[in-house]
Amino acid sequence: MKSDTWAGLSQVALLLVALAVVYRPLGGYLAHVYTSARHWKVERLVYRLVRVDPDSEQRWSTYARGVLGFSFVSVVLLYLLQRLQTVLPLGLGRPEITPSVAFNTAVSFVTNTNWQSYVPETAFGHLVQMAGLTVQNFVSAAVGMAVAVAVIRGFVRAGTDRLGNVWVDITRGVIRVLLPLSLVFAVLLIGLGVVDSLSAGVAVTGIDGAQHTIALAPAASQEAIKELGTNGGGVFNANSAHPFENPNAWTNQVEIFLVLVIPVSLTRTFGLMVGDRRQGHAILSVMALLWGGMLAVIWWAEAHPNGPAALLAGAGMEGKETRFGVPSSALFADSTTGTSTGAVNAAHDSLSGLGGGGAMLNMLFSEISPGGVGTGIYSILVFAVVAVFLAGLMVGRTPEYLGKKLGRKEVTMASIAMLAMPTLVLVMAGIAVVLPATAGALTNFGAHGLSEVLYAYASTANNNGSAFAGITVTSDWFQSTLGVAMALGRFIPILAVLCLAGGLAVQKKVPLSAGTLPTSGPLFVSMVAGTVLLVAALTFVPALALGPIAEALS
Amino acid sequence: MRWVSTLAKQGAAGLRLLLVLTVLLGVVYPLVVWGIGQLPGLRDKADGSVVTLDGRAVGAQLIGVDPVDPNAKADPTNDRYFHTRPSALSQDALGPGDPSTSGASNLSADNPKLIDLIKKRQQEIAAREGVPIGQIPADAVQASASGLDPDISPAYAELQVRRVARVNGLSEQQVERIVEATTSGRAAGALGEPTVNVLALNLAVLAAKH
Repeated sequence: MKSDTWAGLSQVALLLVALAVVYRPLGGYLAHVYTSARHWKVERLVYRLVRVDPDSEQRWSTYARGVLGFSFVSVVLLYLLQRLQTVLPLGLGRPEITPSVAFNTAVSFVTNTNWQSYVPETAFGHLVQMAGLTVQNFVSAAVGMAVAVAVIRGFVRAGTDRLGNVWVDITRGVIRVLLPLSLVFAVLLIGLGVVDSLSAGVAVTGIDGAQHTIALAPAASQEAIKELGTNGGGVFNANSAHPFENPNAWTNQVEIFLVLVIPVSLTRTFGLMVGDRRQGHAILSVMALLWGGMLAVIWWAEAHPNGPAALLAGAGMEGKETRFGVPSSALFADSTTGTSTGAVNAAHDSLSGLGGGGAMLNMLFSEISPGGVGTGIYSILVFAVVAVFLAGLMVGRTPEYLGKKLGRKEVTMASIAMLAMPTLVLVMAGIAVVLPATAGALTNFGAHGLSEVLYAYASTANNNGSAFAGITVTSDWFQSTLGVAMALGRFIPILAVLCLAGGLAVQKKVPLSAGTLPTSGPLFVSMVAGTVLLVAALTFVPALALGPIAEALS
Repeated sequence: MRWVSTLAKQGAAGLRLLLVLTVLLGVVYPLVVWGIGQLPGLRDKADGSVVTLDGRAVGAQLIGVDPVDPNAKADPTNDRYFHTRPSALSQDALGPGDPSTSGASNLSADNPKLIDLIKKRQQEIAAREGVPIGQIPADAVQASASGLDPDISPAYAELQVRRVARVNGLSEQQVERIVEATTSGRAAGALGEPTVNVLALNLAVLAAKH
């Protein structure tokens, strides 16, 4: 085997070891955070200021309205911060933000998508970056975790209609998990070379006498939570390909680790909370299978590109950084699209047909390998419910999962959560491709042009945020429909899974019997993975055949 | 109606929580990180790893901006600098990008525009270095993701040694040694790819001349 293949495999192994080391402590800590009855002093202060009773619990519908209300005021505040940047302090003299950019960006960061239709280093001043975007990086991730924990409680509890307190769950997620970890990793990233400056830029005169201004930003503080919260919005336009956001192979490894660490550890939390760690291992196995499989596809595709430009140059280095090369770019692309991150260290639009298609398919699996912070675990639980239901149909028994009967209501809610994203992607991308103006918005044509449109809606409806960035999305059509895709792609599944959890919590536990399908062995793992593949294949094969598959085969 | 009034009540609580968290996460947290970044040992990195020459800021170690030799206009073989990879931020096929922004070409591998660009770059580099096109490594003719890639592959550095030595009046062995000393291997032997920092190369050549 070639030496760079060995190096790449060692890199993957190092990442897996790091994740394995923190899996138990972090998973256990997260379970403690969301089950402990004690409040920290600083949290009590927050609850007093917010005027909520932290010891009262809420029905699923109140919990859901908390999530919706919090997200709505977040969109409004972030919209206003952008629109008022020219009159507020720390705007750095940067221009007025148009209503369509402000709307799209506000929805984008509140829904944990972090899709960007602007060039950050020339569009936003520090106030929007810090008080607007950085805040949403934290709280959108905390909302995702809160929903996940509420859903798990639905399986754990019996005979109650209460799922927890949404304000407590959000506050604890921020104060006990995201803030301390971000602080530590932000400082580590600075130590490794990531910038963190309140200056707008530094003027230099090159060795050739040419004058340049190099853009600077408070990057490290946002970079840490950008990855840890699976957000992915770049402080600079090139995102994690920018040398100031991701200067070397070590920062690259740290950023990939941060992207994966919470979604992976939450499977441990799930296992602990339901009182059977093997249940968490089964879910983790499905995630790992898909993550590993797609990594192999993307890596192989990038190492063996078949596009004419790559063949002419001798390798596929267009849109890749020298310090990352093929393996580190493939590993990043797989991890960012398998989670809801969407940060990129290579230009996905310039990936090979199969490599770019692999990144797109990873999102179209509903982002469960291992998925976003919180969103990954509740999305895969939806597939688990559907898999159990399908198995129940085959043997003619009422399906049960984790001691709860899955009746008509449960399966309906799971189906809504599962099918919202494919519906949004196919309908909206379908309309977009027949609009005459769309052709003018594309950088590339033919099959790859279709991929640019499909990728945009796949990314936004899944709250990913990465792009085939050759597409120009500044028209009102794209700004508004992509914004709607982000909002519906986030909140329809959230409402459906909270409703599902509300129903489950009321149910009594069904005792295990000889006829109960075991949900922790290899059979169950293959059933859930099979359900994911089947749903993606049934919904997306025709669209993918016209885009990335056609490009890969030509 | 009760649905709406609960939503409004929850929204009001949400707004209060959002304001509290904005102070904590949007003001205190970024300023604390910035403050720590200003401590000795971290400060140079936090401020952009700026490189100075005789007290003058000449660039950032992490940011690649292609230097332009005015003599190369008349005769490309008379170019004294090591060159970076192409930048999608440049107007020309080769040449400097703009570090006040960043970005990639986003061209797909079947885009005729990219194929033409690569052919043009291959011809220009072949003429500049006096080598056949087959010897030019892939990173030399394909733009990076950031448009500001500070590094080139060791193969591309190697390709430029003969010209840089000749134009600067140095021996090829001297320049070889500079390339060797500037080359970084994979981190921990496994992470990333071997690289050569172009600004460091050019500064070392300048130093060797004096």
